[in-house]
Amino acid sequence: MHNNQPGFKNLIRFTTAGSVDDGKSTLIGRLLYDTKSIFEDQFQHISESSKRLGRQEIDLSLLTDGLRAEREQGITIDVAYRYFATPSRKFIIADTPGHTQYTRNMVTGASTADLAVILVDARTGVLEQTLRHTFIASLLDIRYIIFCINKMDLVNYSESAFNSVKTSLTEIAKKLSAENVYFIPISAKYGDNVVHPSENMPWFKGQTLIQLLENIEIPVNKNPNERFRLPVQTVIRPHSDDFHDFRGYAGRISGGVVKTGDEIIILPYRLRSKIKSINIFNNSLTEAYDGDSVTITLEDDIDIGRGNLICSADDIPRDSSELTATICWFNEVNLQTGRKYILRNHTNETLCIVKSVNYILDINTLKRNYSENNVRMNDIAEVVIKASQTIFYDPYRKNNVTGSFILIDEFTNETVAAGMIERDY
Amino acid sequence: MKINDSHLKELENEAIYVIRETAAQFEKKVILFSGGKDSIVLVHLARKAFWPAKMPFSLLHIDTGHNFQETLDFRDNLASKFGIELIIRYVQDSIDKGRVKEEQGINASRNRAQSVTLLDALEELGIDAAIGGGRRDEEKARAKERFFSHRNEFGQWDPRNQRPELWYIFNGKKNQGEHFRVFPISNWTELDVWLYILKENIELPSIYFSHRRKIFFRNGVYLAWAPFMKLKPEEEVFEADVRCRTVGDITCTGLVISKASTVKEILEEVAITRVTERGGRYDDKRSEAAMEDRKKEGYF
Repeated sequence: MHNNQPGFKNLIRFTTAGSVDDGKSTLIGRLLYDTKSIFEDQFQHISESSKRLGRQEIDLSLLTDGLRAEREQGITIDVAYRYFATPSRKFIIADTPGHTQYTRNMVTGASTADLAVILVDARTGVLEQTLRHTFIASLLDIRYIIFCINKMDLVNYSESAFNSVKTSLTEIAKKLSAENVYFIPISAKYGDNVVHPSENMPWFKGQTLIQLLENIEIPVNKNPNERFRLPVQTVIRPHSDDFHDFRGYAGRISGGVVKTGDEIIILPYRLRSKIKSINIFNNSLTEAYDGDSVTITLEDDIDIGRGNLICSADDIPRDSSELTATICWFNEVNLQTGRKYILRNHTNETLCIVKSVNYILDINTLKRNYSENNVRMNDIAEVVIKASQTIFYDPYRKNNVTGSFILIDEFTNETVAAGMIERDY
Repeated sequence: MKINDSHLKELENEAIYVIRETAAQFEKKVILFSGGKDSIVLVHLARKAFWPAKMPFSLLHIDTGHNFQETLDFRDNLASKFGIELIIRYVQDSIDKGRVKEEQGINASRNRAQSVTLLDALEELGIDAAIGGGRRDEEKARAKERFFSHRNEFGQWDPRNQRPELWYIFNGKKNQGEHFRVFPISNWTELDVWLYILKENIELPSIYFSHRRKIFFRNGVYLAWAPFMKLKPEEEVFEADVRCRTVGDITCTGLVISKASTVKEILEEVAITRVTERGGRYDDKRSEAAMEDRKKEGYF
């Protein structure tokens, strides 16, 4: 079965979370600068800004500051996306702020990431925020975590300083069941072990950050045993002479492999059929994979529409109108239990209410507060949701697409929460 | 030169997904077509997304009246070749109606005036989703742009009030009069766009390739000379082999001296080039937050 699977990702999406002083912006600036992803006009621009701000050296962190409000306040308040490429891979960085009041931004950045880069100050070691950043990465099911122990220049590039931080991080990773964890001693400011191996730390035999990013093997299929899921986005009916009876279901494969002839089930109707054809544009394929945007046709004429789920017939998602989910609250207005919200999972939409709050999590200590049920902005809570129709889903860890949803305020249209179904941790 | 392009498939899958979400979530949709390579790539992706049916979008072009003729010819051919409805609105009409005041002087450009014509067109046509070729790598204000970017009833973008986008669940809900700008190729870089044009063999207007043209030099940028452009006394018009890196209004489209006459040759130049694409865009140079200000006003 694995022979048919595509290999490893060549487009790596990673998230960085950091607070004002831990050197995150400098690290990103350094990655862009040392991989030659900075252009002359950008470089000239930050050189001038550095001078104007009275910095002695060129401040690479200025490369990643975005909007005017942020420039004025000197903080990052949103998720910003950065791009760089090496000869073998393309990278997308979701750059997020790191304070508790930006938990929602961190959650957003983490939701599409394959990997997390977490900065730890070598002088202070593990802080509350380190636990917070690692927890959010793990909550969103990021399976690869690289801890960069930064500011090694300020601890004389000491191996023992690195080892003591590493020991405490290993404990955290174990507590959060993080699977693939890496540790690199760096100095973002001077570039040690970011792109080039450090001459100041000959004791470190591991890969530099960029070497690791270039060599790390992240499977295209997150879960090898994941089965075929296709949330239908839209129905394609050309009504043309050449394709008179063509009725195609367009969507992005969200898990597994699909082959022509495969037996499938259509939810919520529980009707069975077989895959007749798989198309990407005018190419007829015999199989397609997780992540592919395809158009499929079926052997039987069935009335299927947006929001329906086409699934492998031998592994049907769970169904219930009552869901236990871990949510992150995004809105300034607190969650109101009993009030109606719009629930959107994949391409499907229904009304729901939040029946009850099981607990609110203190993300700095990971303690569960069972007595508090006022869910405020940036809170992470486990709740019970009652939907107006049966929801077909997979637990989030099994499938991030069929296991996730957002809640929308039906009056303001704002996205007020993001949820992960049956996310046990 | 060898450049790895195996990541293009994922970028294409993502863009097609976004385009299909736009078709499904909105009533009246257009592709904002400038004649530039990004909007041409969008048309290609939209054709792929709905094959064998036609795309459920028209093309909307805001004509500043200062366009390269090659671009306009290309636009007309493209629309008729693929049977896509083409809607054109003119900045000149907005000026004549007194909706916008034309800039005067040496650096006068209709680039900013476009926003007024665009917003008027969206309102007139009842458009609730306008798909654009904006990319996050272009400019720092764009680094935080969403795939589905909400605009209020004045067509304005509020960077502090953008909807969070988690996973690939896009929320296109809106009130009457509001609209969305949608950016399916947000995650592409200039290099990705060129690699994709090569891989998919996408046709481009001739001005993207090396050609002989009358040009002059201003503030570090080569600009195309046109009869309506005012020159400073020290500026001299001369001929050179040039190509466009971005295509927009003539008054602000920077040219590069180049002999590259194929996509492959352009790619080689892009891969080693040391100036950002918008570094040649005169409109971005006006102030530190020039792009951010124009976006708030309703710019593309």
